[in-house]
Amino acid sequence: MEKSNKGVKLVGFWVSPFVQRVKWGMKLKGIEYDYIEEDIFNKSPLLSQLNPLTGKVPVLVHDGNPLPESAIILEYLDERWPHAPLLPLDPYERAQARFWARFVEEKILESTRLAALRSEGEIQEREVKLAIEHLEKMEEKLGGKSRFFFGDDTIGYVDLMMGFVAYILPVWEEITAVRILDAARFPNLAAWKNNFLNHPVIKDDLPSKDEMLTYFQWRRKVNLKKI
Amino acid sequence: MALKLKAVEYEFVETDPYNKNELLLKTNPVHKKIPVLIHGDRPVCESLVIIQYIDDVWGDGPSILPSDPYQRSLARFWAAYVDDKLLPLFKELKEEKDKDAKKGIIKKMSENFILLEDAFVSCGEGKGFFGGDEVGYVDIVLGCFVGSMRAIEIVMDVKFLDKNTSPGLVAWAERLCADSIVKDVIPTTQKLIDFIAARAQQKA
Repeated sequence: MEKSNKGVKLVGFWVSPFVQRVKWGMKLKGIEYDYIEEDIFNKSPLLSQLNPLTGKVPVLVHDGNPLPESAIILEYLDERWPHAPLLPLDPYERAQARFWARFVEEKILESTRLAALRSEGEIQEREVKLAIEHLEKMEEKLGGKSRFFFGDDTIGYVDLMMGFVAYILPVWEEITAVRILDAARFPNLAAWKNNFLNHPVIKDDLPSKDEMLTYFQWRRKVNLKKI
Repeated sequence: MALKLKAVEYEFVETDPYNKNELLLKTNPVHKKIPVLIHGDRPVCESLVIIQYIDDVWGDGPSILPSDPYQRSLARFWAAYVDDKLLPLFKELKEEKDKDAKKGIIKKMSENFILLEDAFVSCGEGKGFFGGDEVGYVDIVLGCFVGSMRAIEIVMDVKFLDKNTSPGLVAWAERLCADSIVKDVIPTTQKLIDFIAARAQQKA
């Protein structure tokens, strides 16, 4: 057991978009923390101890208390460190933000990940079509008015949840040679992506594109049982 | 249950989820699902989002979520667990026609209940509910299934909650059903049994 339980630790895996969300959240709030890299293909006893239920990263450990699930961690950060809020303050806007965050997770992440990493042929075509339909809703949500979702000019919860679309989806598109986020079809999302990637907290804290390409190419092969 | 807890007056609009009406399609165009809370003229969708909204807006009444940020996060975690793991199994159970396959699903659900037993002990801190002395967020999110579970137990002659492996939850379910927040809100067991029979006939 740790000698000192005080402070913030984040257990993560370098390429996980879920871990990345939490890192961004902590950086936006200026929270200092110790980062512990975990090999998810060779999990340490620490991870099993901190997250016995799912064994997944990220796990935030605050003063010895472990908390998994990126969306839940981000809300916790907001409640413990209320400055630089990630979620809107108005209850109705908060409800909308939570609704859309679930949509991003359950629909957009699911379909894009399935299309890129776990399918080919007809199934892949179906998932690509679904992903595009789901993205259309986010396109509409942006409406060409604001730089970010819900926060207008301030990056927030839904932006962080959507973040993988900005920096991982292009990698997935490259390895599968499919086009999901076409700038011509999604001008609002293309502009949002640009704003997001150029945000000072985001732009200096992304995994290397080459490393991501190698990693995801390998994952796709494993998932499709080609290696 | 959440609205009852906060003593919020509301109008209930009965909607057939198998025959969706215009109001539903207009207020939840993304998922086209119930429940939808319409506050003034603004819709809020997704039950977990709605419950948190109710807690946020009607801040004067008893709290649904714990006040401590870490306990709130754990409550959110378990609520999401119920929604992501248990709910799909309920849906599978409803759709499944084969008796043996049904028993297999119930077995999986019992395994989840064993995990929830641990959660009950730690969240509730030895008290009557996940929320402690009073009904809280996880009680509501899990508790909404208790009525259907009772009905299915009678119809299929099975047990979801085992006194040996989940004694805490067995007592919790009794306590919850006796609480006015649940008792006056969920349909009676007989009504649910009739509903299950009617659906089975429709599908046959």
